Amino acid sequence: MKKLLSANQAIAWAAYRAGCRVAAAYPGTPSTEIMEHIAEFAGAINCEWSVNEKVAMEIGIGASLAGTRALVAMKHVGLNVAMDPLMTFTYIGAIGGMVIINADDPSLHSSQNEQDNRSLAKFAKCLLFEPADSQEAYDMVCAGFELSEKYQVPVIVRTTTRTAHTSTVVDIGSGERSETPVIPYVKNAQRNVAVPAHGRLMRFAVEKRSQALRALTEESPFNRADSGTGDIGFVASGVAYQYVKEVFPTAPVFKVGLSYPPPLEKIRAFAAGVQRLVVIEESDPVLAEQIRAAGIPVVEPKTELHMMELDPVRLGALRAELLGTPPPPTAQPETGLPVRPPVLCSGCSHRGAFHILAKLKATVCGDIGCYTLGSAPPLSAMDTCVCMGAAIGTAIGMRKAGLPNQRIAAVMGDSTFFHSGMTGLLDVAYNNIPITVMVFDNRITAMTGHQENPGSGHTLLGVESPAVNIADIARTFGIQRVHEVEPYDLANLEKVFKECLDCGEPAVVVVRGPCVLHVKWAGKYINTVDEVKCTACGSCFRIGCPTIVRGAPKDANGRLFKAKIDPQFCTGCNLCAQVCKFGAISPVK
Amino acid sequence: MTSSTFPDKLFNVTLVGVGGQGILLTSDILAMAAMHAGYDVKKSEVHGMSQRGGSVISQVRFGTRVHSPIIPTGETDILVSFERLEALRWAHLARPGAKILVNNMDRIPVTVSSGLQPAAQNVDERLAAYPGLILLAANELAVQAGNLRTANVVVMGALAKLVPFGEDHWQAAMRERIPAQLLDVNLRAFALGYAAIA
Repeated sequence: MKKLLSANQAIAWAAYRAGCRVAAAYPGTPSTEIMEHIAEFAGAINCEWSVNEKVAMEIGIGASLAGTRALVAMKHVGLNVAMDPLMTFTYIGAIGGMVIINADDPSLHSSQNEQDNRSLAKFAKCLLFEPADSQEAYDMVCAGFELSEKYQVPVIVRTTTRTAHTSTVVDIGSGERSETPVIPYVKNAQRNVAVPAHGRLMRFAVEKRSQALRALTEESPFNRADSGTGDIGFVASGVAYQYVKEVFPTAPVFKVGLSYPPPLEKIRAFAAGVQRLVVIEESDPVLAEQIRAAGIPVVEPKTELHMMELDPVRLGALRAELLGTPPPPTAQPETGLPVRPPVLCSGCSHRGAFHILAKLKATVCGDIGCYTLGSAPPLSAMDTCVCMGAAIGTAIGMRKAGLPNQRIAAVMGDSTFFHSGMTGLLDVAYNNIPITVMVFDNRITAMTGHQENPGSGHTLLGVESPAVNIADIARTFGIQRVHEVEPYDLANLEKVFKECLDCGEPAVVVVRGPCVLHVKWAGKYINTVDEVKCTACGSCFRIGCPTIVRGAPKDANGRLFKAKIDPQFCTGCNLCAQVCKFGAISPVK
Repeated sequence: MTSSTFPDKLFNVTLVGVGGQGILLTSDILAMAAMHAGYDVKKSEVHGMSQRGGSVISQVRFGTRVHSPIIPTGETDILVSFERLEALRWAHLARPGAKILVNNMDRIPVTVSSGLQPAAQNVDERLAAYPGLILLAANELAVQAGNLRTANVVVMGALAKLVPFGEDHWQAAMRERIPAQLLDVNLRAFALGYAAIA
């Protein structure tokens, strides 16, 4: 059966096909859709949104040790969170097949960094697959479960944003599940309890396993040479292979699919048949370094190929360099066009709080989510953003460093708070740090497309669960000053924020309002501008609402414009009316 | 499939617009229709930040065998834009003389409405400089079909006239992809777009 599937969809199909019984993930672009599609197989696969990637990894580990096939999925920075369990699980070793989907994000389409996690497979001495399209993602996940069981090794499948979100034609065979028997559980402390005495034995076993994996990779059908003509040969992995085939259609190409450990002897034999060997891989020179270290000469092109996503145009520049021809002309984009960055939505429950934070000139340590958009002009209400949960620790550090600004806030969303903000808040309470922690609680994981979380009251499968109250958590931790406020009353937001930021003790403000894209509350009212009363002062433009657009110019010199509200997109949140000093904006039915 | 069934040449469609305009649904249906017509297909897009009102791009390639999911700059055969400014922004992706199908509407970026950046100048004249330009009043036709939100499907109908496979493959893909209760209004929108292209 052939289907048009993204790699994320193909991975879900493969998990079903391969008899996977347990799956866990935390959402993160570009990996999110994997678990959403696995949920379609919930009758066969016990699946969940985990609270964070570390918990997801540990669930996979428990399931594997209990003898079932398990899959965990996360984005590249999510694997950072899950590295601690992985680094010891690789010593303990899988029992039921354990496949870890790791989605890298070259070009930082939706991430804070561009780390190449293939180095982490080497670090963890795991097997690593690099699919070049959805069919390979499907085949590699199926093979990954088998190899994981056979060699008792965790298997990482590294997708990238491009492979994860490209749909290609996939043959899923009959599409039916092949039930794999659960391997009976046997209590075995020496095998499964990683204490130093056992860990030392495991360390030697890992080395022996690595030798076996080096032999395996030389025999793997996922590592193969495409014959071709010409004196330049390419080694390529992942989606980079597709660009090589497009730009150098007749060249010999060694395709690396099982890329850690790399098939160095096969590559050595391939290299012997060409004059020059060029390695094309997306992000760091992970393969190139290992191939060079094996004593195989590799060309080092001048064309920059290690930062940002590759594409056929960049390989076209490489072709010109290799052939000594002039660089191909590239079409130039039109100039003088305003950029169109992503913005907080019309009616977003975060907008008012950022407007007030900016007004109060607070130093704001931010975090990862839609609300990171509060850093962009015109709101410009964020000072830092590091990683999931970092807002609070960063704010503590700023306070301890003696930042002259007394108003220090940490801002994060509800899902981020549950993911790894809670521990930071406990530190605030424990060490009595005078900062204000603000949780912008829209009761959903919004940025990745509205996934349920411990605050939403539902699980991945829509089953009801306790909707955790963040203010209660703060009080339980021992924070005395805890407020819950609604997001569209600017006067109250200002009053509460000011009071907390200036109080000299730990404070928590939970700004509670549903995501406007998720809960369609809009429609009762919309806001309109009275053109006569509007003085073109520009105040309403500065809240950064995409629905407030330029209307008529104020006068002939055309530098100031009256406001106009696009009725198609206005949600009637009424923030603009509250910032208008001239009473020119009002809600109408 | 043999190489004689289809020419070796790939057919490249780039779809651009603003997050929330239904670009991804349109490219989904295009890719499914091309697969239904017997082609190898790749459809590539980037989700995430782009959905929050940012500039969105989706690329669909079909032919005997597709390798790169990314269309090389300057090799787009049809550029479909759901908004005029985005058409200009991505026009360099198209081959010289390529068809550029544009929904004749503007979404002012917040960078402009908030006064951070000047608006684009002479958009009409600059668009008109592309010989393959087709301006489509998709919003008006969508209202005529019964729902403004089907403007993307009006554009889809117009696109169907420009690709080298039959309308039946589109219908099949729409029936597979669009919920039954919304199918009628979408089929009407598609037909209006299809009829709008000579």
